[in-house]
Amino acid sequence: MNLITWTRRGLLAAVGATLALGIATAPATAQTPPGVLIVGQIAEPQALDPQAVTAVNDFRILVNIYEGLVKYAPGTLEVVPGLAESWTISDDGTVYTFNLRSGVSFHDGTPFNAEAVKFTFDRMLDENHPYYNTGPFPLSFFFSAISETTVIDDLTVQITLSEPFAPFLSNLAYPTGLIVSPTAVAENGEDFGRNPVGTGPFKFEEWVSNERVVVLRNEEYWGEPAGTEVVVFRPITDPNTRVAEMLAGGIDMMVEVPPNALSEFEGDDFTIVEQAGPHVWFLILNAKEGPMANKLIRQAANYAVNKTALVENVLEGTAEVAAGPTPPAFAWAYNEELEPYPYDPDKARELIAESGVEDLSLTFYVTEGGSGMLDPVAMGTAIQADLAAVGFDVTIETYEWNTFLGNVNPGLEGKADMAEMAWMTNDPDTLPFLALRTAAWPEEGGFNSGYYSNPEVDALLEQARVSTDQDERARLYKEMQAIVQDDAPWVFVANWKQNAVTNDKVENFTLEPSFLLQLQGVIKN
Amino acid sequence: MGAYILKRLLSAIPVILGITIIVFLIIELIPGDPATAILGAYATPENVERINRDLGLDKPMVARYFIWLGNMLQGDFGRSFSLNRPVLDEISDRFSATLILAGVSFVLCSIFGILAGVISAARQYGFADKAITFVVLIGISIPSFFLGMMLQLFFAVQHRMLPVSGMKMIYGGGDLPDILWHLILPATALAAVATGVIARLSRSAMLEVLRQDYIRTARAKGVNERRVIYGHALRSAMVSIIPILGIQAGFVISGAVYIEYVFEWPGLGRMLVNAILKRDILLVEGGVVVVASCYVLFNIMVDVIQSLIDPRIKT
Repeated sequence: MNLITWTRRGLLAAVGATLALGIATAPATAQTPPGVLIVGQIAEPQALDPQAVTAVNDFRILVNIYEGLVKYAPGTLEVVPGLAESWTISDDGTVYTFNLRSGVSFHDGTPFNAEAVKFTFDRMLDENHPYYNTGPFPLSFFFSAISETTVIDDLTVQITLSEPFAPFLSNLAYPTGLIVSPTAVAENGEDFGRNPVGTGPFKFEEWVSNERVVVLRNEEYWGEPAGTEVVVFRPITDPNTRVAEMLAGGIDMMVEVPPNALSEFEGDDFTIVEQAGPHVWFLILNAKEGPMANKLIRQAANYAVNKTALVENVLEGTAEVAAGPTPPAFAWAYNEELEPYPYDPDKARELIAESGVEDLSLTFYVTEGGSGMLDPVAMGTAIQADLAAVGFDVTIETYEWNTFLGNVNPGLEGKADMAEMAWMTNDPDTLPFLALRTAAWPEEGGFNSGYYSNPEVDALLEQARVSTDQDERARLYKEMQAIVQDDAPWVFVANWKQNAVTNDKVENFTLEPSFLLQLQGVIKN
Repeated sequence: MGAYILKRLLSAIPVILGITIIVFLIIELIPGDPATAILGAYATPENVERINRDLGLDKPMVARYFIWLGNMLQGDFGRSFSLNRPVLDEISDRFSATLILAGVSFVLCSIFGILAGVISAARQYGFADKAITFVVLIGISIPSFFLGMMLQLFFAVQHRMLPVSGMKMIYGGGDLPDILWHLILPATALAAVATGVIARLSRSAMLEVLRQDYIRTARAKGVNERRVIYGHALRSAMVSIIPILGIQAGFVISGAVYIEYVFEWPGLGRMLVNAILKRDILLVEGGVVVVASCYVLFNIMVDVIQSLIDPRIKT
C-alpha cells in the first residue's frame, strides 16, 4: 500500500505545476498601455452619486463623469461658467437665474436641460420627491438655503433662496452640486450610485468591486474631448502598497503620497506635483474654562508651538505654516498682511507670566488619523513637547477618528483644553461661519467646540454671508482674519499641500487648489 | 455517523445565535455612529439625526436587533451604506477571494508543515532536523505582514518578477493563471507562520508515535523505513495533527486580514477593517456572522474527520 507516499508526490507535483503554470503564462509585470491611465486611489469609492457622497476620494472620480452649473477656474477657487453659460443675481441676492448651455447630452443620450437641474436639487432637498429614497444625501445642507427651483424654459432655470447666501455659487461648484441624469436615476433607483450618468468628459464604463472603476472618453462631449481614452481608478488602501505599486509600474499616478515616501520618487522617472489647497490644520482651544480661557495663554500657545519644525520635519515639507483661520488658497479672500505667529518660547513665557495663570495643566485630544488630519499622533507629540518647554503640563488622550469626533464636536467643556482639528472647505465662508461664531457653539448645532465668541467677528461673518459683491466679501473676511488671529481661539498650525506622483508617461497633469482631480487634459503615452 | 453530524449541526444553531447577539451588542457599544462617520467634520446633531433617520437607526436597539435577525433569516442581510450595495453581494464577492487566499495558504502550510515535521522527526537531531528547526523558527518569528512587505519589495519592486498587489491584472486579466500569479506572494506570506507551527507540532506528535512499541515491532519485522514512517507512524500521528490543522485554519483566516491589507487582496478581512472604520453596521454584522459561522462549521468538519480516522472517538 503506497497510498500516502503517492499522495505526497502527487501534491508536490500539483503545487509545483500550478506555480510553474502561473509563472510561465503571466506576462512580465505591468507596463500600462498607451491611452490607458491607471490612478492609484486611497480607497474604494462609496458611491458615484454626487449627492450621496462626502469623501474627496469619491469626488476625484465624480468630477470627471459629471459637471455642475458652475465650476472652479483652473488653478484657482474662483467660480466660472460650467453647464450654465451665464447667470444673473437679483439685487436682494435671493434669486439666481441660470442660462444653460444648449446641445449638451447626458451619457445615456438624454438631453441636459432645466428639468435635469430641477430634478437634481429636488431629489436631495425635498423629502417627498419620488427619488428622495435614493439617498441619504449627507451634504444636502450645502443647499438648504434653496427654497425653490423653477423651470423657466428648456434652457433657463431659476433658483430661489430663502435668504441671501453668498457661498451659494461656490457650493454649486462643489461635487454635491453636480447635475445627474433624471432618466438614469429613475432607471437605476438606489443603484444609481453604481451606474452613474452625467455630462462630463468621461463616461462610466464599469465598476468591479474592490478592484477598479473604469471610465472611457466621452466622444460626444460638448467641449474639448479628453486626452486619454481610458482611466482606471484603482483602490489601494495601504499607502506603502500604493508606493510599491507606483515604483513597480502598476499604476501611472498616485494621490496622497506619504511624506516619508516622497524621496523615493526623486529622479527622472517620476514627477511630483504639489498644490496648496483650502485646508487648515489647527488646535481648538477651550476658551470657556481652564487656562485657555485667558487670551494671553492662548497667544502664548501660538508662540510656543514650533510650526516650522512641524511642517518641515514631521510633515517633510508637505504643508506650509498657517497664519490664520483662512487658508491662502482662497486667494481673493485671504489677508496677505497676516504673518504667522513666530516661534518664540521666551515671548510665550512672558505672556504666561503676565497672565498670572498658575495652573498650566492641559488635557489635549489627539486623533489617530482622519480626513485631512495629516500625521496627527506625531504632530500631537511634538506640540506637547513644545508646550512643555514653556511650562505647560500637557496630557494627551488619543482616540480613533469617529470616537474623536464624537468627543470633540459636542464641545470640549468639562473634557479637554485643546483638540486637533482640520478642515477642507470650498468657500472662505464655511469654516469660520460653522466654527468661529457665537451662534455656532455646539449646543446651537455648530462646530465652535472651543466656545470662542467675539461679537465683531459674528457681525462681519453675518454681513459677508449676505453680500453678493465679492470685493465687499473679501474686505470683510480679511478684517475677520486679523481679529481672529489676535484673539487666538485656535493655534494656527498648517495648510496642507496636496501631492501626487506621476510616471514619465503622463503629461499635462496639474493638481487643483480645490483638491478635485480633473483628468480631462491629461495625456497618457 | 449521519446522526452525529446532524447533532453537531443542531448544536451549532445556539452558538451562531449567540454570535449574532454579541456582534450586535459590540457594534452598539463602540463609540461613534455611522452618521458621524459619513459626515465627518460636518456632523452636527441636526445632520446626525437626519442621517440616522434616513438609515433607520432611530428605532430602539432591541427592535433593530429583531428586525435585523428576521431579515437575515429570510436571506436579506440589508444594504451597506458605505458601499451602496447589498451586504450579501459584497460578502459573497469578498468571501471567494478570501477563500482562494486562505485555502491555498492552508493547503501550502499543511503540506509543507507536516512534511517538515515528519522529516525532522525521522532524522531527529540530524542535519535535516536542525536545518528545518532553524527555518521554522524564523518562519514563526517574522510577523506575516512584515514578511509580506519584504517579499513585495524584493520580488515586485526591485525585480519586477511578480505583481505588487491585487488579485487580477487591472485590464485583460482574471483567468486562473493570472490569479495564481497574483497569489504567489500573499499566499507565501500568509502560510509562513502556520507552516512553522504545524511543523513543530507535527514533529513532536511524530516523535511520540515513533517511540511506541508497535513501531519497534514493525522495524524488527523488517518493514521498509519509509513505510514505517509514512504508513505506520504518520497515520496515527495524524490523530493529533488534524486538530492542529483545524486551529491553524482559524489562524490562517484571521491572519488573512493583515495580508489582505498589505497586498490589497479584495477579501473579507480588508472589507471588515474598512467597514468597522466607517461604522458600516450592517456590513460588519453580516461579515462577522458569516465568518463566525464558517469557523463553527469548520470545527464541526474537523471533529467529523477525526472521528472517521480515530475509531476510539465515539460518535
